Amino acid sequence: MKLLTHNMLTSKCIRGVNVGYPLSINASDVRVADVDFNPDFISRMIPKIDWPVLYNAVERLGHVEDLPKETPVNYESNEDFLKKAHHALLEVEIIHGELVCPESGRKFPINNGIPNMLLNEDEI
Amino acid sequence: MSRPEHLAPPEIFYNENEAKKYTQNTRIMEIQEQMTARALELLLLSDDIPSLILDIGCGSGLSGSVLEENGHQWVGIDISTAMLDVAQDREVEGDLLLADMGQGCPFRAGAFDGAISISALQWLCNADKSHHKPVKRLYKFFSTLYACLSRSARAVLQFYPENGEQMELVTAQAMKAGFYGGIVVDYPNSTKAKKFFLVLMTGGNVPLPKGLDSERSSEGIDYSRRGKIKPQRGQSLKSVKSWIQDKKERRRKQGKNVRPDSKYTGRKRSGRF
Ligand SMILES: C[S@@+](CC[C@H](N)C(=O)[O-])C[C@H]1O[C@@H](n2cnc3c(N)ncnc32)[C@H](O)[C@@H]1O
Repeated sequence: MKLLTHNMLTSKCIRGVNVGYPLSINASDVRVADVDFNPDFISRMIPKIDWPVLYNAVERLGHVEDLPKETPVNYESNEDFLKKAHHALLEVEIIHGELVCPESGRKFPINNGIPNMLLNEDEI
Repeated sequence: MSRPEHLAPPEIFYNENEAKKYTQNTRIMEIQEQMTARALELLLLSDDIPSLILDIGCGSGLSGSVLEENGHQWVGIDISTAMLDVAQDREVEGDLLLADMGQGCPFRAGAFDGAISISALQWLCNADKSHHKPVKRLYKFFSTLYACLSRSARAVLQFYPENGEQMELVTAQAMKAGFYGGIVVDYPNSTKAKKFFLVLMTGGNVPLPKGLDSERSSEGIDYSRRGKIKPQRGQSLKSVKSWIQDKKERRRKQGKNVRPDSKYTGRKRSGRF
C-alpha cells in the first residue's frame, strides 16, 4: 500500500466508528518502488493530502528523508518539493504489517501489499 | 443461461481459475478494456489533468490498466483475493485493497476525482449471506461512494442488470444517496453489444449523455459475457489504441482540449500478460 492510499483510507465503515482516521501503521516490511514522476498529478494531489498525516506516516516508516513538515507556498512550481512529495506518496510502500483503527483498536492486516479491510458481520 | 451471481458469492466465484481468464483470454480482456474506455469517456475528466480514480471491483486490474494508459492514478477495491493476487502479479500501477463494496467505501471525504466500476455492481443485487440485504448494501455503497468523491466528480458504473426491476432498485438507491443521473444504454438495439452504464453525478442535475447508437455495433463488439466465450467469427475488434484515438477524435470535434496522440497512446503493456 502506498501512503497516498493510506492518506485517504479510514475505518469509518465499522459500526460505531465516527471518523476512523488516520489509521496507525505497524509495518514489518516496507519497500521503495520506482514510479514515474508526474509533477501535474502531484500538484493536483497536494490540496487533497492531509500533510501532517503523510509526514507522520513516512516518519513512522523511517523514510522521512528531507520531506518538509509543511507544504511550501507556490508548491506547483517547486519541482524539488514535488519530487519529495512524489516519493513519499507513491514510492514508499507497505508490503506487510497492519493498520489500526484509532477509535476501536481494530487491526487490518496488510499482506503482499494489500490491506484487508473486510469487516465481520457483527462490525457492520 | 445462469448468471455468475447466482452460482456462488463473488469471493468464491472469482477463484484462481476464473482470475486466470482475466489475464489469458484476450477476448475478455479486450471487452473489459473497451468498456472501461467508454466509462472513462463518460466520467468527463479533463483530458490534460491526471486524476485519482477509484476502481470498484477492480479485479485483476484490466479496467485499471486503461486508467493508467490515460495517465491517471487509481486505487482499486475488490472482494476476491485471487483476482487481487493476479493484479499484483501483473504489477499494476494502482494500489489495491481487499474490501466489500457492500460494506461501504472506506475513504475520507473528497478523496477521489472520479470512480468507475466495470462489471461488478450486479453482484450487489444478490444476498450471498443470510445477513445480506441488497437494498441496505446498495445504499451503504452509494452513500459512502458519494462521500468520498470530490465536488462535481462523477461515478460511472457499467453493469449487467438482470431485469428492469434491478435497474430501478440500483438507480433508486443511488438517488437516495444524493446522486443525480441515471442509466445510459449503448447500442440499445443490439442484443449482443447492448450495455448499461449507471452515470452518477454529484454536482447537480445535468442532462445524461446519450448512449452510442446501434449503427456502430455492426463493428461486432460482443458484450454478452453470459455462457461460453465464443470464438471470434472473423469480425475485428477495435484495439484499445484505435478506441482511444476515436474517442479523442470525437472530443476534438466537440471542441475539447485533447492531448495529441503519442507513441504511448493506447500502447500494450508489453510482457505483462
Ligand atoms: C467481472 S469482474 C471485473 C473486474 C474488472 N473490473 C475488469 O473489468 O476486469 C467483477 C469483479 O467484481 C468483484 N466484486 C464482486 N462483488 C464485489 C463486492 N461486493 N465488493 C468488491 N468487489 C466485488 C469480483 O470479485 C470481480 O473481481
